[in-house]
Amino acid sequence: MTDQPFVDIRHAAKSYGSLEVLHDISLRVNKGEIVAIIGPSGSGKSTLLRAINDLDPLTSGEVWLEDTQVNEALPYRLYEKHINKVRQDIGMVFQHFNLFPHLTVRGNITLAPKMLKGISDAEANILAEEQLDRVGLLERIDYYPSQLSGGQKQRVAIARALAMKPKVMLFDEATSALDPELVEEVNLVMKQLAEEHMTMIIVTHEMKFAESVCDRVVFMDGGYVVEEGSPDVVFRNPVHERTRNFLRKHLQG
Amino acid sequence: MGLDFAVVPEYLDRLLLGSAWTIGITLAAAALSFFGGILFAVIALYAPAVIRWPFKTFAWLFMGTPLLLQLFLIYFGLIQIGIDLPAVVAGIIGLGLHFAVYNSDIIQAGIRAVDKGQYEAGRTLGLSQAQTIRKIIVPQAVRAVVPPIGNNMIALLKDSALVSVIGVTELTLSSQLAISKTFRPFEFYLAAAACYYVINLALEAGLHRIERRIQVAR
Repeated sequence: MTDQPFVDIRHAAKSYGSLEVLHDISLRVNKGEIVAIIGPSGSGKSTLLRAINDLDPLTSGEVWLEDTQVNEALPYRLYEKHINKVRQDIGMVFQHFNLFPHLTVRGNITLAPKMLKGISDAEANILAEEQLDRVGLLERIDYYPSQLSGGQKQRVAIARALAMKPKVMLFDEATSALDPELVEEVNLVMKQLAEEHMTMIIVTHEMKFAESVCDRVVFMDGGYVVEEGSPDVVFRNPVHERTRNFLRKHLQG
Repeated sequence: MGLDFAVVPEYLDRLLLGSAWTIGITLAAAALSFFGGILFAVIALYAPAVIRWPFKTFAWLFMGTPLLLQLFLIYFGLIQIGIDLPAVVAGIIGLGLHFAVYNSDIIQAGIRAVDKGQYEAGRTLGLSQAQTIRKIIVPQAVRAVVPPIGNNMIALLKDSALVSVIGVTELTLSSQLAISKTFRPFEFYLAAAACYYVINLALEAGLHRIERRIQVAR
Protein backbone atom coordinates (compact mmCIF):
# COMPACT_ATOMS: atom_id res chain seq x y z
CA MET A 1 0.00 0.00 0.00
CA THR A 2 1.19 3.46 -0.87
CA ASP A 3 1.07 6.48 1.36
CA GLN A 4 -0.90 8.64 -1.00
CA PRO A 5 -4.56 7.64 -1.07
CA PHE A 6 -6.01 6.57 -4.39
CA VAL A 7 -9.53 7.74 -3.70
CA ASP A 8 -9.73 10.52 -1.16
CA ILE A 9 -13.02 11.85 0.15
CA ARG A 10 -12.47 14.97 2.21
CA HIS A 11 -15.16 16.39 4.48
CA ALA A 12 -17.99 15.26 2.26
CA ALA A 13 -21.35 16.76 3.21
CA LYS A 14 -24.64 16.71 1.42
CA SER A 15 -28.06 18.01 2.23
CA TYR A 16 -31.39 18.26 0.51
CA GLY A 17 -32.75 21.52 1.90
CA SER A 18 -32.66 21.09 5.66
CA LEU A 19 -32.25 17.32 5.43
CA GLU A 20 -28.61 16.39 5.89
CA VAL A 21 -27.80 13.03 4.36
CA LEU A 22 -24.00 13.12 4.71
CA HIS A 23 -22.21 14.78 7.61
CA ASP A 24 -18.57 15.67 7.12
CA ILE A 25 -17.36 12.28 5.92
CA SER A 26 -13.72 11.64 5.14
CA LEU A 27 -12.63 8.36 3.66
CA ARG A 28 -9.36 7.35 2.05
CA VAL A 29 -8.99 4.30 -0.12
CA ASN A 30 -5.59 3.04 -1.20
CA LYS A 31 -4.67 1.57 -4.52
CA GLY A 32 -5.76 -2.05 -4.73
CA GLU A 33 -7.77 -1.77 -1.56
CA ILE A 34 -11.28 -3.19 -1.32
CA VAL A 35 -13.61 -1.28 0.94
CA ALA A 36 -17.14 -2.28 1.87
CA ILE A 37 -19.65 0.32 2.96
CA ILE A 38 -22.43 -1.18 5.03
CA GLY A 39 -25.32 0.26 6.98
CA PRO A 40 -29.09 0.43 7.13
CA SER A 41 -31.12 1.91 4.28
CA GLY A 42 -31.11 5.66 4.38
CA SER A 43 -27.72 5.73 6.06
CA GLY A 44 -26.23 7.63 3.12
CA LYS A 45 -23.96 4.85 1.87
CA SER A 46 -25.27 4.93 -1.71
CA THR A 47 -25.24 8.71 -1.73
CA LEU A 48 -21.60 8.67 -0.66
CA LEU A 49 -20.73 6.13 -3.35
CA ARG A 50 -22.53 8.17 -6.00
CA ALA A 51 -20.64 11.26 -4.89
CA ILE A 52 -17.37 9.59 -5.85
CA ASN A 53 -18.11 9.98 -9.57
CA ASP A 54 -20.21 13.11 -8.92
CA LEU A 55 -23.44 11.43 -9.97
CA ASP A 56 -24.92 12.83 -6.75
CA PRO A 57 -22.92 16.04 -6.25
CA LEU A 58 -21.86 16.95 -2.73
CA THR A 59 -23.04 20.13 -1.06
CA SER A 60 -19.51 20.63 0.26
CA GLY A 61 -16.29 18.68 0.46
CA GLU A 62 -13.92 17.26 -2.08
CA VAL A 63 -13.46 13.97 -3.87
CA TRP A 64 -10.07 13.15 -5.33
CA LEU A 65 -8.95 10.34 -7.57
CA GLU A 66 -5.16 10.29 -7.48
CA ASP A 67 -4.13 13.83 -8.46
CA THR A 68 -7.47 14.88 -9.89
CA GLN A 69 -10.28 16.53 -8.00
CA VAL A 70 -13.38 14.79 -9.30
CA ASN A 71 -15.86 17.44 -8.19
CA GLU A 72 -13.76 20.44 -9.14
CA ALA A 73 -15.79 23.64 -9.31
CA LEU A 74 -15.64 24.67 -12.99
CA PRO A 75 -17.86 26.57 -15.40
CA TYR A 76 -20.49 24.25 -16.89
CA ARG A 77 -18.78 23.45 -20.19
CA LEU A 78 -15.37 22.88 -18.66
CA TYR A 79 -16.89 20.82 -15.89
CA GLU A 80 -18.68 18.60 -18.44
CA LYS A 81 -15.41 17.93 -20.28
CA HIS A 82 -13.58 17.33 -17.03
CA ILE A 83 -16.15 14.99 -15.51
CA ASN A 84 -16.59 12.94 -18.68
CA LYS A 85 -12.85 12.34 -18.67
CA VAL A 86 -12.70 11.50 -14.97
CA ARG A 87 -15.66 9.14 -15.15
CA GLN A 88 -13.85 7.02 -17.72
CA ASP A 89 -11.54 6.05 -14.86
CA ILE A 90 -14.36 5.22 -12.44
CA GLY A 91 -16.39 2.15 -13.27
CA MET A 92 -19.81 1.85 -11.72
CA VAL A 93 -22.16 -1.08 -11.32
CA PHE A 94 -25.77 -0.45 -10.38
CA GLN A 95 -28.32 -2.40 -8.40
CA HIS A 96 -30.62 -2.65 -11.43
CA PHE A 97 -27.82 -3.33 -13.96
CA ASN A 98 -28.94 -0.52 -16.29
CA LEU A 99 -27.89 -2.40 -19.39
CA PHE A 100 -28.96 -0.76 -22.64
CA PRO A 101 -31.91 -2.91 -23.77
CA HIS A 102 -31.73 -1.82 -27.42
CA LEU A 103 -28.15 -3.05 -27.80
CA THR A 104 -26.69 -6.55 -27.73
CA VAL A 105 -24.22 -7.54 -25.06
CA ARG A 106 -21.48 -6.65 -27.55
CA GLY A 107 -23.10 -3.27 -28.22
CA ASN A 108 -23.42 -2.56 -24.51
CA ILE A 109 -19.73 -3.18 -23.93
CA THR A 110 -18.32 -1.49 -27.03
CA LEU A 111 -20.49 1.66 -27.14
CA ALA A 112 -18.49 3.82 -24.76
CA PRO A 113 -14.98 2.60 -25.75
CA LYS A 114 -15.78 3.21 -29.43
CA MET A 115 -17.16 6.68 -28.79
CA LEU A 116 -14.64 7.84 -26.22
CA LYS A 117 -11.41 6.04 -26.98
CA GLY A 118 -11.58 6.18 -30.75
CA ILE A 119 -10.88 2.50 -31.21
CA SER A 120 -11.88 0.61 -34.34
CA ASP A 121 -14.75 -1.88 -34.56
CA ALA A 122 -12.26 -4.74 -34.68
CA GLU A 123 -10.41 -3.53 -31.58
CA ALA A 124 -13.71 -2.96 -29.80
CA ASN A 125 -14.79 -6.51 -30.59
CA ILE A 126 -11.60 -7.94 -29.17
CA LEU A 127 -12.09 -5.78 -26.09
CA ALA A 128 -15.67 -7.01 -25.67
CA GLU A 129 -14.60 -10.62 -26.03
CA GLU A 130 -11.81 -10.19 -23.48
CA GLN A 131 -14.06 -8.58 -20.92
CA LEU A 132 -16.89 -11.06 -21.44
CA ASP A 133 -14.47 -13.92 -21.08
CA ARG A 134 -13.40 -12.40 -17.79
CA VAL A 135 -16.96 -12.66 -16.47
CA GLY A 136 -17.52 -16.03 -18.13
CA LEU A 137 -20.17 -14.96 -20.64
CA LEU A 138 -18.34 -14.99 -23.95
CA GLU A 139 -20.98 -17.24 -25.54
CA ARG A 140 -23.67 -14.63 -24.82
CA ILE A 141 -21.99 -11.86 -26.82
CA ASP A 142 -24.79 -11.56 -29.39
CA TYR A 143 -27.68 -11.83 -26.96
CA TYR A 144 -29.90 -8.94 -25.95
CA PRO A 145 -30.13 -8.09 -22.24
CA SER A 146 -33.73 -9.30 -22.14
CA GLN A 147 -32.48 -12.77 -23.03
CA LEU A 148 -30.21 -12.96 -19.96
CA SER A 149 -30.83 -13.88 -16.34
CA GLY A 150 -30.34 -11.24 -13.63
CA GLY A 151 -26.97 -12.63 -12.66
CA GLN A 152 -25.82 -12.66 -16.27
CA LYS A 153 -27.03 -9.09 -16.75
CA GLN A 154 -25.01 -7.94 -13.80
CA ARG A 155 -21.91 -9.76 -15.05
CA VAL A 156 -22.33 -8.04 -18.42
CA ALA A 157 -22.71 -4.72 -16.61
CA ILE A 158 -19.42 -5.42 -14.83
CA ALA A 159 -17.77 -6.30 -18.16
CA ARG A 160 -19.12 -3.06 -19.64
CA ALA A 161 -17.57 -1.05 -16.82
CA LEU A 162 -14.27 -2.96 -17.06
CA ALA A 163 -14.03 -2.31 -20.80
CA MET A 164 -13.26 1.34 -20.01
CA LYS A 165 -10.17 0.09 -18.07
CA PRO A 166 -11.17 1.99 -14.94
CA LYS A 167 -8.81 2.69 -12.06
CA VAL A 168 -11.49 2.07 -9.49
CA MET A 169 -14.79 0.21 -9.49
CA LEU A 170 -17.86 1.28 -7.54
CA PHE A 171 -20.55 -1.28 -6.75
CA ASP A 172 -23.92 0.06 -5.63
CA GLU A 173 -25.72 -2.93 -4.09
CA ALA A 174 -24.79 -5.00 -7.11
CA THR A 175 -26.50 -8.16 -5.86
CA SER A 176 -29.52 -6.68 -4.04
CA ALA A 177 -31.90 -7.06 -6.95
CA LEU A 178 -30.93 -10.65 -7.70
CA ASP A 179 -32.66 -13.87 -6.81
CA PRO A 180 -30.67 -15.59 -4.03
CA GLU A 181 -29.44 -18.37 -6.29
CA LEU A 182 -27.96 -15.83 -8.73
CA VAL A 183 -25.99 -13.84 -6.16
CA GLU A 184 -23.07 -16.23 -6.04
CA GLU A 185 -22.09 -15.92 -9.71
CA VAL A 186 -21.81 -12.13 -9.36
CA ASN A 187 -19.92 -12.45 -6.08
CA LEU A 188 -17.48 -14.79 -7.78
CA VAL A 189 -16.74 -12.21 -10.47
CA MET A 190 -16.18 -9.56 -7.80
CA LYS A 191 -13.88 -11.91 -5.88
CA GLN A 192 -11.90 -12.51 -9.02
CA LEU A 193 -11.49 -8.74 -9.48
CA ALA A 194 -10.33 -8.54 -5.89
CA GLU A 195 -7.67 -11.12 -6.62
CA GLU A 196 -6.54 -9.01 -9.56
CA HIS A 197 -6.11 -6.11 -7.09
CA MET A 198 -8.73 -3.88 -8.62
CA THR A 199 -9.49 -0.99 -6.30
CA MET A 200 -13.11 -1.43 -5.29
CA ILE A 201 -15.64 0.39 -3.17
CA ILE A 202 -18.62 -1.79 -2.52
CA VAL A 203 -21.93 -0.77 -1.00
CA THR A 204 -23.52 -4.02 0.08
CA HIS A 205 -25.97 -5.79 2.34
CA GLU A 206 -24.02 -9.03 2.09
CA MET A 207 -22.05 -9.19 5.30
CA LYS A 208 -20.48 -12.56 4.59
CA PHE A 209 -19.22 -11.36 1.24
CA ALA A 210 -17.88 -8.14 2.76
CA GLU A 211 -16.12 -10.13 5.45
CA SER A 212 -14.47 -12.57 3.09
CA VAL A 213 -13.44 -10.20 0.32
CA CYS A 214 -12.89 -6.72 1.73
CA ASP A 215 -9.81 -5.26 3.35
CA ARG A 216 -11.79 -2.68 5.26
CA VAL A 217 -15.38 -2.19 6.31
CA VAL A 218 -17.05 1.16 6.84
CA PHE A 219 -20.27 1.18 8.83
CA MET A 220 -22.52 4.17 8.17
CA ASP A 221 -25.67 5.25 9.94
CA GLY A 222 -27.69 8.44 9.69
CA GLY A 223 -25.18 10.08 7.35
CA TYR A 224 -22.20 9.46 9.65
CA VAL A 225 -19.37 6.98 9.50
CA VAL A 226 -19.93 5.25 12.81
CA GLU A 227 -17.14 2.75 12.67
CA GLU A 228 -14.48 1.60 10.27
CA GLY A 229 -11.77 -1.00 10.38
CA SER A 230 -10.75 -4.44 9.24
CA PRO A 231 -13.61 -6.91 8.76
CA ASP A 232 -12.37 -8.81 11.80
CA VAL A 233 -12.75 -5.81 14.06
CA VAL A 234 -15.98 -4.42 12.63
CA PHE A 235 -17.76 -7.75 12.36
CA ARG A 236 -16.34 -9.58 15.41
CA ASN A 237 -15.54 -6.82 17.89
CA PRO A 238 -17.42 -3.68 16.96
CA VAL A 239 -16.88 -0.80 19.34
CA HIS A 240 -20.14 1.01 18.86
CA GLU A 241 -23.55 -0.02 20.07
CA ARG A 242 -25.16 1.00 16.77
CA THR A 243 -22.82 -1.26 14.81
CA ARG A 244 -23.61 -4.15 17.13
CA ASN A 245 -27.35 -3.62 16.74
CA PHE A 246 -27.10 -3.48 12.98
CA LEU A 247 -24.91 -6.56 12.75
CA ARG A 248 -27.13 -8.57 15.11
CA LYS A 249 -29.92 -8.18 12.56
CA HIS A 250 -27.73 -8.94 9.54
CA LEU A 251 -25.27 -11.59 10.64
CA GLN A 252 -27.69 -14.30 11.71
CA GLY A 253 -27.06 -17.84 10.58
CA MET B 1 -77.17 9.65 -65.87
CA GLY B 2 -75.81 6.33 -64.59
CA LEU B 3 -72.35 5.45 -63.46
CA ASP B 4 -69.83 4.61 -66.11
CA PHE B 5 -66.48 3.36 -64.84
CA ALA B 6 -65.34 2.67 -68.38
CA VAL B 7 -63.92 6.23 -68.51
CA VAL B 8 -61.51 5.54 -65.67
CA PRO B 9 -58.95 3.34 -67.51
CA GLU B 10 -58.44 6.08 -70.05
CA TYR B 11 -57.05 8.30 -67.27
CA LEU B 12 -55.37 5.49 -65.35
CA ASP B 13 -51.85 6.64 -66.23
CA ARG B 14 -52.58 10.06 -64.70
CA LEU B 15 -54.06 8.54 -61.60
CA LEU B 16 -51.01 6.31 -61.24
CA LEU B 17 -48.68 9.24 -61.75
CA GLY B 18 -50.69 11.14 -59.15
CA SER B 19 -50.39 8.15 -56.83
CA ALA B 20 -46.63 8.16 -57.33
CA TRP B 21 -46.51 11.83 -56.33
CA THR B 22 -48.67 11.14 -53.30
CA ILE B 23 -46.33 8.32 -52.24
CA GLY B 24 -43.25 10.44 -52.81
CA ILE B 25 -44.62 13.44 -50.92
CA THR B 26 -45.79 11.23 -48.07
CA LEU B 27 -42.45 9.46 -47.71
CA ALA B 28 -40.47 12.70 -47.84
CA ALA B 29 -42.78 14.43 -45.36
CA ALA B 30 -42.77 11.33 -43.14
CA ALA B 31 -38.97 11.33 -43.02
CA LEU B 32 -38.96 15.05 -42.26
CA SER B 33 -41.60 14.64 -39.56
CA PHE B 34 -39.76 11.70 -37.98
CA PHE B 35 -36.32 13.27 -37.72
CA GLY B 36 -37.84 16.70 -37.08
CA GLY B 37 -39.94 15.13 -34.34
CA ILE B 38 -36.83 13.72 -32.66
CA LEU B 39 -35.05 17.06 -32.94
CA PHE B 40 -38.05 19.00 -31.60
CA ALA B 41 -38.46 16.54 -28.72
CA VAL B 42 -34.83 16.92 -27.71
CA ILE B 43 -35.11 20.72 -27.91
CA ALA B 44 -38.32 20.72 -25.88
CA LEU B 45 -36.78 18.56 -23.16
CA TYR B 46 -33.14 19.53 -22.97
CA ALA B 47 -32.49 22.91 -24.61
CA PRO B 48 -31.90 26.02 -22.48
CA ALA B 49 -35.00 28.14 -21.86
CA VAL B 50 -34.03 30.83 -24.40
CA ILE B 51 -34.29 28.26 -27.16
CA ARG B 52 -37.00 26.10 -25.62
CA TRP B 53 -39.69 28.74 -25.13
CA PRO B 54 -39.66 30.32 -28.60
CA PHE B 55 -39.64 26.80 -29.96
CA LYS B 56 -42.60 25.72 -27.83
CA THR B 57 -44.57 28.77 -28.96
CA PHE B 58 -43.87 27.80 -32.55
CA ALA B 59 -45.00 24.24 -31.83
CA TRP B 60 -48.25 25.45 -30.28
CA LEU B 61 -48.94 27.59 -33.34
CA PHE B 62 -48.40 24.58 -35.57
CA MET B 63 -50.73 22.43 -33.49
CA GLY B 64 -53.38 25.07 -33.02
CA THR B 65 -53.90 26.21 -36.61
CA PRO B 66 -55.21 24.33 -39.66
CA LEU B 67 -52.73 22.50 -41.83
CA LEU B 68 -54.39 24.00 -44.90
CA LEU B 69 -53.66 27.51 -43.64
CA GLN B 70 -50.06 26.54 -42.93
CA LEU B 71 -49.67 25.29 -46.50
CA PHE B 72 -51.05 28.61 -47.81
CA LEU B 73 -48.64 30.51 -45.56
CA ILE B 74 -45.63 28.52 -46.67
CA TYR B 75 -46.46 28.54 -50.37
CA PHE B 76 -48.15 31.91 -50.96
CA GLY B 77 -47.02 33.81 -47.85
CA LEU B 78 -43.29 33.19 -48.03
CA ILE B 79 -43.10 34.57 -51.57
CA GLN B 80 -43.77 38.03 -50.13
CA ILE B 81 -40.58 37.83 -48.10
CA GLY B 82 -38.63 36.54 -51.07
CA ILE B 83 -38.78 32.80 -50.42
CA ASP B 84 -40.26 31.26 -53.55
CA LEU B 85 -40.59 27.53 -53.00
CA PRO B 86 -41.80 25.05 -55.62
CA ALA B 87 -45.26 23.81 -54.65
CA VAL B 88 -44.02 20.27 -54.00
CA VAL B 89 -41.31 21.51 -51.66
CA ALA B 90 -43.71 23.82 -49.85
CA GLY B 91 -46.13 20.90 -49.49
CA ILE B 92 -43.48 18.55 -48.09
CA ILE B 93 -42.22 21.18 -45.66
CA GLY B 94 -45.74 22.04 -44.50
CA LEU B 95 -46.79 18.43 -43.99
CA GLY B 96 -43.42 17.48 -42.51
CA LEU B 97 -43.33 20.30 -39.95
CA HIS B 98 -46.97 19.88 -39.00
CA PHE B 99 -46.54 16.20 -38.25
CA ALA B 100 -43.09 16.72 -36.73
CA VAL B 101 -44.79 18.73 -34.00
CA TYR B 102 -47.21 15.88 -33.31
CA ASN B 103 -44.41 13.28 -33.44
CA SER B 104 -42.37 15.44 -31.09
CA ASP B 105 -45.11 15.22 -28.45
CA ILE B 106 -45.13 11.44 -28.70
CA ILE B 107 -41.33 11.16 -28.66
CA GLN B 108 -41.11 13.46 -25.63
CA ALA B 109 -43.37 11.08 -23.74
CA GLY B 110 -41.18 8.19 -24.93
CA ILE B 111 -38.03 9.93 -23.70
CA ARG B 112 -39.58 10.65 -20.31
CA ALA B 113 -40.50 6.98 -20.01
CA VAL B 114 -36.89 5.79 -20.45
CA ASP B 115 -35.57 4.76 -17.05
CA LYS B 116 -33.36 7.30 -15.30
CA GLY B 117 -30.80 4.55 -14.75
CA GLN B 118 -30.16 4.46 -18.50
CA TYR B 119 -29.02 8.07 -18.43
CA GLU B 120 -26.90 7.46 -15.35
CA ALA B 121 -25.30 4.38 -16.90
CA GLY B 122 -24.34 6.39 -19.97
CA ARG B 123 -22.94 9.28 -17.98
CA THR B 124 -20.95 7.03 -15.62
CA LEU B 125 -19.20 5.46 -18.59
CA GLY B 126 -17.99 8.95 -19.47
CA LEU B 127 -20.43 9.77 -22.26
CA SER B 128 -21.49 13.40 -22.50
CA GLN B 129 -25.09 14.45 -22.10
CA ALA B 130 -25.50 14.79 -25.86
CA GLN B 131 -23.89 11.40 -26.54
CA THR B 132 -26.09 9.73 -23.94
CA ILE B 133 -29.24 11.28 -25.40
CA ARG B 134 -28.28 10.37 -28.93
CA LYS B 135 -27.03 6.83 -28.44
CA ILE B 136 -28.98 5.60 -25.44
CA ILE B 137 -32.10 7.62 -24.70
CA VAL B 138 -33.48 8.53 -28.14
CA PRO B 139 -33.07 5.05 -29.70
CA GLN B 140 -35.04 3.52 -26.83
CA ALA B 141 -37.68 6.25 -26.85
CA VAL B 142 -38.20 5.97 -30.59
CA ARG B 143 -38.57 2.19 -30.39
CA ALA B 144 -41.23 2.57 -27.74
CA VAL B 145 -43.26 5.09 -29.75
CA VAL B 146 -43.14 3.51 -33.20
CA PRO B 147 -46.83 2.40 -33.10
CA PRO B 148 -48.31 5.87 -32.34
CA ILE B 149 -45.92 7.49 -34.80
CA GLY B 150 -47.10 4.96 -37.38
CA ASN B 151 -50.66 6.14 -36.81
CA ASN B 152 -49.51 9.69 -37.45
CA MET B 153 -47.93 8.60 -40.70
CA ILE B 154 -51.23 7.13 -41.87
CA ALA B 155 -52.91 10.44 -41.04
CA LEU B 156 -50.11 12.18 -42.94
CA LEU B 157 -50.79 10.12 -46.05
CA LYS B 158 -54.43 11.12 -46.00
CA ASP B 159 -53.70 14.78 -45.24
CA SER B 160 -51.28 14.87 -48.17
CA ALA B 161 -54.43 15.41 -50.28
CA LEU B 162 -54.39 19.00 -48.97
CA VAL B 163 -51.34 19.88 -51.04
CA SER B 164 -53.59 19.61 -54.12
CA VAL B 165 -54.88 23.10 -53.27
CA ILE B 166 -51.44 24.64 -53.77
CA GLY B 167 -51.27 23.00 -57.19
CA VAL B 168 -49.29 19.82 -56.64
CA THR B 169 -50.63 17.27 -59.11
CA GLU B 170 -50.80 14.41 -56.67
CA LEU B 171 -53.57 11.86 -56.53
CA THR B 172 -56.43 14.16 -55.50
CA LEU B 173 -55.64 16.89 -58.01
CA SER B 174 -55.07 14.28 -60.74
CA SER B 175 -58.55 12.93 -60.18
CA GLN B 176 -59.99 16.46 -60.17
CA LEU B 177 -58.32 17.18 -63.49
CA ALA B 178 -59.81 14.01 -64.92
CA ILE B 179 -63.21 15.07 -63.58
CA SER B 180 -62.96 18.49 -65.19
CA LYS B 181 -62.48 16.78 -68.53
CA THR B 182 -65.08 14.00 -68.17
CA PHE B 183 -67.60 15.43 -65.68
CA ARG B 184 -67.58 12.12 -63.87
CA PRO B 185 -66.83 13.06 -60.24
CA PHE B 186 -68.26 9.96 -58.61
CA GLU B 187 -66.20 7.55 -60.68
CA PHE B 188 -62.92 9.39 -60.34
CA TYR B 189 -63.25 10.24 -56.65
CA LEU B 190 -64.00 6.57 -56.01
CA ALA B 191 -61.02 5.56 -58.11
CA ALA B 192 -58.82 7.99 -56.16
CA ALA B 193 -60.22 6.66 -52.89
CA ALA B 194 -59.32 3.13 -54.00
CA CYS B 195 -55.77 4.28 -54.78
CA TYR B 196 -55.43 5.92 -51.35
CA TYR B 197 -56.71 2.76 -49.77
CA VAL B 198 -54.18 0.57 -51.55
CA ILE B 199 -51.31 2.93 -50.68
CA ASN B 200 -52.51 2.91 -47.09
CA LEU B 201 -52.47 -0.88 -47.00
CA ALA B 202 -48.90 -0.87 -48.24
CA LEU B 203 -47.94 1.78 -45.69
CA GLU B 204 -49.52 -0.21 -42.87
CA ALA B 205 -47.73 -3.36 -44.00
CA GLY B 206 -44.44 -1.44 -44.01
CA LEU B 207 -45.06 -0.02 -40.55
CA HIS B 208 -45.94 -3.47 -39.31
CA ARG B 209 -42.63 -4.83 -40.52
CA ILE B 210 -40.74 -2.04 -38.80
CA GLU B 211 -42.62 -2.72 -35.57
CA ARG B 212 -41.84 -6.42 -35.77
CA ARG B 213 -38.16 -5.85 -36.40
CA ILE B 214 -37.94 -3.53 -33.45
CA GLN B 215 -39.76 -6.00 -31.20
CA VAL B 216 -37.12 -8.59 -32.01
CA ALA B 217 -34.35 -6.17 -31.23
CA ARG B 218 -35.21 -5.97 -27.53
